Amino acid sequence: MDLKTLTEINAPSGHEQPIRRALLAELKEKGFQPTIDRMGNIIVVKEGVGPVPRKRVLVSAHMDEVGLIVTGHTEDGFLKVTQAGGIDTRVLISKRVLVGDDNIPGVIGAVAIHLQSAADRARVMGYREICVDIGAKSKGEAEGKAPKGTYISFDTPYVEYGEGFACGKAFDDRVGCWTILRLLEEELPCDLVAAFVSEEEVGCRGASGAAFAQEPDIGIVLEGTTCNDLGDIPEIAQVCKCGSGVAVSFMDNASIGNRELFRKAIAIGEKEGIAHQVKSSVSGGNDGGVIQRAREGIPTLVLSVPCRYIHSPSTVIKLSDAESQFELTRALLRAL
Amino acid sequence: MFELLKKVLAPIGPSGLEGPVAEVIREEIKDYVDTIEVDALGNLIATKLGKAENPRKVMLSAHMDHIGYIVTGVEKEGFLRVTNVGGIGMNNSYNRHVVFAGGVNGVVVAQPVAGQPALKDLFVDIGAADREDALKMVSLGDVCVYAGECFRLGEHRVAAPAMDDRCACALLVKLLQTVGDTQDTIIAVFSVQEEVGCRGAKVASFAKEPDIGIALDVTGWGDTPGVTQPEIKLGEGIGVKVMDRASISNPELREALMAAGEKAGVKTQREVLPYGGTDAGAMQTSRAGIPVCTLSVPCRYVHSACEVIDMRDMDAGLKLLQAYFA
Repeated sequence: MDLKTLTEINAPSGHEQPIRRALLAELKEKGFQPTIDRMGNIIVVKEGVGPVPRKRVLVSAHMDEVGLIVTGHTEDGFLKVTQAGGIDTRVLISKRVLVGDDNIPGVIGAVAIHLQSAADRARVMGYREICVDIGAKSKGEAEGKAPKGTYISFDTPYVEYGEGFACGKAFDDRVGCWTILRLLEEELPCDLVAAFVSEEEVGCRGASGAAFAQEPDIGIVLEGTTCNDLGDIPEIAQVCKCGSGVAVSFMDNASIGNRELFRKAIAIGEKEGIAHQVKSSVSGGNDGGVIQRAREGIPTLVLSVPCRYIHSPSTVIKLSDAESQFELTRALLRAL
Repeated sequence: MFELLKKVLAPIGPSGLEGPVAEVIREEIKDYVDTIEVDALGNLIATKLGKAENPRKVMLSAHMDHIGYIVTGVEKEGFLRVTNVGGIGMNNSYNRHVVFAGGVNGVVVAQPVAGQPALKDLFVDIGAADREDALKMVSLGDVCVYAGECFRLGEHRVAAPAMDDRCACALLVKLLQTVGDTQDTIIAVFSVQEEVGCRGAKVASFAKEPDIGIALDVTGWGDTPGVTQPEIKLGEGIGVKVMDRASISNPELREALMAAGEKAGVKTQREVLPYGGTDAGAMQTSRAGIPVCTLSVPCRYVHSACEVIDMRDMDAGLKLLQAYFA
């Protein structure tokens, strides 16, 4: 399965069914025996080829993406919404969306510039004001087509452009899912517990259950992460750079990377000539936090693909960074 | 106790990098406990088996980690950009001497900005000529901490960075060295990553399944000009916690500890802390729930380069615990 297919599937947090179905079909076709746990995580265990006892390594990526969810309907047939996962409302205005499993086209409404006051233009709209227009004539029609709880996704086709860049939605974290699919093709010395987990964007809920149930010796989280490498941002504040390789984290707000794994990943990157960079910000958090603290504690490391304009309808990655994520993870798994 | 305290204060061990502290503590306790292990997150866990037929398991947790500044970037002129590991206050970040585990010295400085400087405005000057030179001395992800030897302040008091929570580590070491045979099994956890969310104690209490959990930590003070809360005074005895933001102490356990203090003839202070939390919060909600309390060493200027405690309160804590296990 390619990255285009993976990112074009709509599956915001709590509604992972479409991506889960697609991944299950792919995994079964390749001869694996995936299981689904109570949190909706997909788990595939692939035994290693090394001598026993083998390390049991959880490699996890989250299936869910940020999106919107219907909270109500206006009398004139617009949808009221809120976010599933963190979204800056400024990126929402006037974007095309797909509503519900039938992919009903919709657009996130905005007041025309002609009709805005100076005060309006200086202000950021919140979810109380934002509506989704699905062309419904009445409240009844809107309720019928998109009842409360219906999920909404960005309508963003995947395109490749420039020299090796890709633009799309949900790179955070379908790129990690893609890397895991590729790792499953490899013969590795350790036992690989591949986990495609749910609900990361709303609080790392899926990974928490998966780590508890799977009891790994080590946890490696494959992510898409922020990068801020735009022209007017001083280099020092760029977090990581699109195109400079997989980003290795020493710490974020949810976990401190196991220092031995961190050093090992950097050393392997140097030795094998795999493009890598140290993520130079501690903002944000991810599944590493809950995996680290599962049961008696698990050493963890986060390896991420830098994503420009993350958590928006149009996110940009460099495909070579996804390749580096795959290569560095594979090399690390071989060296554990 | 002062000599032991000095030893335990010496190593550099910010959250996530507590190894050097564990080494020092291991040497001090190895002859006094039945087993010593280090878990996946770096907690040093020592067990002293109880003599009772079915001994209760009492987990005592004191955290080894302390706060620091982590390197997030290097300017081309060689200055380090940093952010906080644990609760770093801006007031304590102006022109402070800091030191890295490898011995590199630095001065943390706030650059002039319009209004109040924030963490992002801090830099560390390590005397590097430029970025390349700086990266020979430190790497991204290295952590520096407040530098400084501990020193005596008056007859009873001692000041040092990292008093939070090395003083309680020293207290726990001293307890293991002196308590002798006990009915209860004592699980002494020298925990990691308390300052970033009590992560070490969470996994240690899951692993060890104690019947009772007691955190040993510092608490705030209310006995200097302009400070009245919490109502805690240095030299007035060990604090027995009623509540903080992370846990409410089990009333029976709390009163048992108060009674042990009375039996030992030492002063105790009931402590209600309107901020903060300790490893007790993580232990309390482990597995099916664990009765917890915290014994607190009153500490002035917590999370600064000069954290001050009173050795009489340390002594009270030690005698209280000896009486509790007697």
